[in-house]
Amino acid sequence: MTDQTTRLVLPSHIEAVADAAAAASEFARTCGLADDAAFGIDMAVREAITNAIVHGNKEDDSKKVELTLNCSQNAVEIEVKDQGEGFDPGSVPDPTAPENILKTSGRGNFLIRNLMDEVDWSKRADGGTTVRMVKRF
Amino acid sequence: MAELTIRERQAGDVTVLDMDGRITIGEGSVALRSAVRRLLEEGKKKILLNLAGVGYIDSSGIGELVSSYTAINKEGGQLKLLSLTQKLQDLLTITKLLTVFDSYDTEDEALSNFK
Repeated sequence: MTDQTTRLVLPSHIEAVADAAAAASEFARTCGLADDAAFGIDMAVREAITNAIVHGNKEDDSKKVELTLNCSQNAVEIEVKDQGEGFDPGSVPDPTAPENILKTSGRGNFLIRNLMDEVDWSKRADGGTTVRMVKRF
Repeated sequence: MAELTIRERQAGDVTVLDMDGRITIGEGSVALRSAVRRLLEEGKKKILLNLAGVGYIDSSGIGELVSSYTAINKEGGQLKLLSLTQKLQDLLTITKLLTVFDSYDTEDEALSNFK
């Protein structure tokens, strides 16, 4: 199949999360991923976009979140970009550690790592964080 | 249409919350939080969350389950989970929370385990 790319620009409102996640999983299914893997993409994108809106853009109306979905012959690659101040993934404690297990937040990135085959976070030169996630067929 | 609907019923001295929908950031999480808070204010401290109708939960929803568990325990109460869907079970396993929560497949078994 030929490569396909879809790009969405989202407002920094929590209400934008659900539709974007659904669009990502539908894209993944169209690309040929099985239902379980597409569900994983729905969840991972949901977590990444929530982080971008809440922690990256601080729900600032003047800032946007960009979601890019790419389908190739052997993988679905997803990028989520915010316009915040950058993020150090190493700064998030392990939510499964005994001292953190009863914390009410901090599991988003952990879930992304478990649901996707590859994930990395990078700070862009113009500011903001890009999360790149890959799910292979 | 609400993201999460919650119906309350009594089974002896246990309050059962039958939930249907999604427990996610925003409406769903807030609905669960409000329901548990109200029950505690009413002095109802034995709470069984029936999750048979919940096919989707995000990290915020998981956080809300943890928050409910902590709040209820702090009041000397008990929170147990009933009928986890496979997806919920997988998520609670990955996050090591299945070792924290008491969960059951049948209501009779769940109810008999409240002290």
